[in-house]
Amino acid sequence: MSELNGMNRPSKVRAPRVNDETKGFWDATGEGKLLVKHCNSCGENHFYPRTFCPFCFSDDTEYLETAGRGTIYTYSVMRRTKEPWAIAYVTLDEGPTMMTNLIDCDFDKLEIGQPVKVAFIDTGEGTAVPFFAPA
Amino acid sequence: MSIRGKAYIAGVYEHPLREATGKTVPQLHAEVAKGALEDAGLTKDDIDAYYCAGDVPGLGPLNQAEYMGLNVAQFDSTEVGGSSYVAHVNHAAQAIAMGHCKVALITLAGRPRADAKENYRTRPGGGPPADYAFEAPFRPVVTNMYGMAAMRHMHEYGTTSEQLAWVKVAASHHAQYNEHAMLRNVVTVEDVVNSPMISDPLHRLDCCVMSDGGGAVIVVAPEIAAQLKRLVVKVLGAGEAIKHLNGGKVDLTYSGARWSGPKAFEEAGVTPADIKYASIYDSFTITVVETLEDLGFCAKGEGGKFVADGNLISGVGKLPFNTDGGGLCNNHPTDRGGITKVIEAVRQLRGEAHPKVQVANCDIALAHGTGGLLGSRMGSATLIMGGADA
Ligand SMILES: [Zn+2]
Repeated sequence: MSELNGMNRPSKVRAPRVNDETKGFWDATGEGKLLVKHCNSCGENHFYPRTFCPFCFSDDTEYLETAGRGTIYTYSVMRRTKEPWAIAYVTLDEGPTMMTNLIDCDFDKLEIGQPVKVAFIDTGEGTAVPFFAPA
Repeated sequence: MSIRGKAYIAGVYEHPLREATGKTVPQLHAEVAKGALEDAGLTKDDIDAYYCAGDVPGLGPLNQAEYMGLNVAQFDSTEVGGSSYVAHVNHAAQAIAMGHCKVALITLAGRPRADAKENYRTRPGGGPPADYAFEAPFRPVVTNMYGMAAMRHMHEYGTTSEQLAWVKVAASHHAQYNEHAMLRNVVTVEDVVNSPMISDPLHRLDCCVMSDGGGAVIVVAPEIAAQLKRLVVKVLGAGEAIKHLNGGKVDLTYSGARWSGPKAFEEAGVTPADIKYASIYDSFTITVVETLEDLGFCAKGEGGKFVADGNLISGVGKLPFNTDGGGLCNNHPTDRGGITKVIEAVRQLRGEAHPKVQVANCDIALAHGTGGLLGSRMGSATLIMGGADA
């Protein structure tokens, strides 16, 4: 599977459907920033971002910029396809765990716990999708 | 028993907007929920039941419970148009009367006028659920979503592919006697681990079949049951739960059975040791391992060891499971196997399973359904049944 090494960056990603609740998140991706939501009432960070804190139900929430770094919580490489891809959950240094794909890596050398950093891929429509690559 | 005097409406809230520009549908549901909670003087964490209809995007309670951070023991997404919410009050009152829950939330919300202006809407139900934009780009298909759960379970507990394979081996031992089963060949652990890798660490034979078909179940009152010639099966207890990604506090090593199982056992007045036969939803081998742990048939993390060496094979092991061959070998009608789990448990309790797989003195049986994805959000339902004398 060494032919996969470094070859697994999608050339094109579809622009996400942005709505009023998530516009702040997606606008920031266009500037290379990965945000989570922070609750001013209970202090917890959450993901995916929403108006209401899923922990205390307060609507006093605001975006928090992350460092874009984390570790692999789990992953799975889809093998039965012409172009395999690695779906994963990454636990951000700021707390929340988020779904992503792992790119720019050798799929056979991935490990749970491995440090990763965000690698945005531009959608061409002012937003970017947060993939992750080995740090 | 009736619902008369057994349940009260304690809080209501009507949304003030008539055009909800700038708000999403899940957000509107949360806003009315918050309003009704404040009216009642209760908090989100008091809610233990959630009822909604087709106006919630996605799989109804699964996506909206995640959005609102609910942990519920009862849910219902009965969709009968505008009458849904009145029916929900009845269903909630029934559940409360039966002691299955204490605080039920019912919501309705939508934004067809704003949608018409802003063109968000792509399908009835108000477009995709709130989680969609944060997951769809990463191509979560069913196999890789269960694969990620298996990968983490292996990492934390040392579960092996060979142990997972034993689940399929047991199912195949049973399927050989089912003339309708899609896959009737008995397979070995080697066959499973040598079958093509689909999505790490799940091989082709770790995955259930895809099939047509279906099933039906009739539930009757005791006085009807007493008149029937046919052998009936007694419903002893049930439990339900929704498990989701919990705002990013993700743990894929357990399923909603962790909550639905204890409820069902408590109501039935039995323990896992009393179960003679178990129908366990087997979309994948890992689904069975995590569910058995969560239901208490073994300790958390010990599922791999528990299923190994034929422990699930009827006549061989301690816990005969899926004696029809299950989803792994028999069928998985329209990708929803819950009803066939109930049906085979009824066959066992009636003593009408195939003689080669019939469990001797089968007086108490369990059926467990898993819906959605072990790797993100799921519904879990546990049902415990007994013979007519149980
Ligand atoms: Zn909070």
